[in-house]
Amino acid sequence: MFGLNAKDTSLLLIVAVLTLLAPFILNPFPEGSDLAQFNAGYPDLMQRFVIFGIFAIGFNILFGLTGYLSFGHAAFLGVGSYAAIWMMKLLSLNIIPAIIMSVIFAGLFALAVGFISLRRSGIYFSILTLAFAQMSYALAYSVLTPITGGETGLQIKPTDRPLLSNLADGEIGRANLFGLDMRASYEMEVGGWLFTFNSGYYIAAVVMLLAFYMSIRIFRSPFGMMLRAVKSNQQRMNFTGLNSKPYTLAAFVISGMYAGLAGGLMVAMDTQVGPERMFWTASGEVVLMAILGGVGTLIGPVLGAGLIKYMENILSKINDAILHQWFAFLPDGLENALVYLIHPFIGKGWHLTLGIVFMLVVIFLPGGLVEGGQRIARIFRRKKRTDSAADAAAKTPAE
Amino acid sequence: MAILEVKGVGKRFGGLAALSDVNLSVHENTVHAIIGPNGAGKSTLLNCLVGKLIPDTGSVMFDGQSVLGRKPHEINQMGISRVFQTPEIFGDLSVLENMMIPCFAKRDGSFRMHAFEQFSHEKELIDRALHTLEDVNMADKKDMSSAAMSRGDKRRLEMAMCLVQEPRLLLLDEPTAGMARADTNNTIDLLKEINEKRDITMAIIEHDMHVVFSLAERITVLAQGTPLVEDTPDNIKGNPKVQEAYLGEAAY
Repeated sequence: MFGLNAKDTSLLLIVAVLTLLAPFILNPFPEGSDLAQFNAGYPDLMQRFVIFGIFAIGFNILFGLTGYLSFGHAAFLGVGSYAAIWMMKLLSLNIIPAIIMSVIFAGLFALAVGFISLRRSGIYFSILTLAFAQMSYALAYSVLTPITGGETGLQIKPTDRPLLSNLADGEIGRANLFGLDMRASYEMEVGGWLFTFNSGYYIAAVVMLLAFYMSIRIFRSPFGMMLRAVKSNQQRMNFTGLNSKPYTLAAFVISGMYAGLAGGLMVAMDTQVGPERMFWTASGEVVLMAILGGVGTLIGPVLGAGLIKYMENILSKINDAILHQWFAFLPDGLENALVYLIHPFIGKGWHLTLGIVFMLVVIFLPGGLVEGGQRIARIFRRKKRTDSAADAAAKTPAE
Repeated sequence: MAILEVKGVGKRFGGLAALSDVNLSVHENTVHAIIGPNGAGKSTLLNCLVGKLIPDTGSVMFDGQSVLGRKPHEINQMGISRVFQTPEIFGDLSVLENMMIPCFAKRDGSFRMHAFEQFSHEKELIDRALHTLEDVNMADKKDMSSAAMSRGDKRRLEMAMCLVQEPRLLLLDEPTAGMARADTNNTIDLLKEINEKRDITMAIIEHDMHVVFSLAERITVLAQGTPLVEDTPDNIKGNPKVQEAYLGEAAY
């Protein structure tokens, strides 16, 4: 279906079902219960899951296929965001022109950065991209303040009057899709549960599914094969009559456009941008997402993005008071000791947990979460086989 | 008619003259061997032909066009393919995918943005790739990961990757290095067959005299960066200068 083989089609359908049912799946605990804080089914976080999913999918087209590790991808995300907010400020509050413009601008910027950075490979390439991203950050932070709003960034203000809008005096424009407000939500109460269906999330989710579909097509295309050839043996490629440079540059630009798309969607969901979006830690985060999930796999980067964003938002909300509540049933001394032990790993210390998870994954599951999944599946398959073998053995009469 | 014409080529690495005043002409549809002791400059010469190195002096003409200053992929698109001393294949790709890449290069040129086409739709190219794999007896290994294969298989795959491009000139850098005798003989037969059936001109660098004398129609002997003689195998065998410089006195 859709020009995919059976396996890829089922993967796409599973991802589609999971994203569309996310408001249910991510809210497994009833409202008001102790575990409700582990619920991730609120619009803000769900939007982040899919947007960073897009970012990571695009990054994976470059890193997973060609092996070129870009350490400055957040710059394209930032450029996309700035382009989108300017479209909203000047032209229209409809998110479509904003997102189109963010993709175009990020693509052009990636073309320029890639053209220069791809003269080198390996660590030098990474450092060049990092340098570009940090320069962009510094420019956005100070030099280009008239365009970027400097430290405070850009928001939609009451004075903004986009060309194609009919706002009342003093009304603050809101991002919309042909009148559908991105913040509009429908809440459904079932028993103790509260499920939120947010229009912004669903629009971002559909865009993510399209981006995911395109990435599958690229992975399975002759072009994708050429990109894997770049990673595998550039010398053989050149001596086979292929110019590896335009292939890597094309991959770089495509992945920059994915980042721009993610940046544009971020603005569509929450109409503000700041330069910190381009900071090098943001570039590093997408590298972690890809590696955590599984570099070069289709679904891995999305899983990695989900895991990191979940930990960032849920783990960091747990504080000592909540821990005391959990361990209240223990004797006082033991309770305090346990809380003292866990304290560094939660709240502001969530990075510590992330670091440990990252190390464990890299050491024991070099293929990321996807490899973990495959291993579990294999264990089950083997178990089934030995079970049936045991059954067969039991059925044969003893001699 | 000479398809490859090398005139007065010289290459220095610092103080070392790796090649000086090399003249060589490879005639169409022949097998031309380049032999010489270690350090004679055989590989340097080959690298100058395919664009990996640029000679300091002289000219290299392929089919009437200069190859100097062209990039390796441009030279390949002119019709020169190369087999390396250590097999250079795409280790992360399956055998069939390895074969498809030269097929695409041959059909689509050095770059094409076929990001939304489907690999499985390229029936014609897949057929051609499988056909060439059969020619080198590797059709049963098409889905194997190429990194997991033996060195001999890797080399056969690399040769098939060059053949599927239907080059006009095939350069082989020690195609039987490190092979067992039986494999060497298979390779000789394969190369003979290729030369006869496909009208592919070949230039071979080789250490194994058995290979050289079973295949070559002309031989150039390089010593210390300059050609000693260029002649037919029989005359080379009898040439005292060659025996002294390369084969050693007791060899024949």
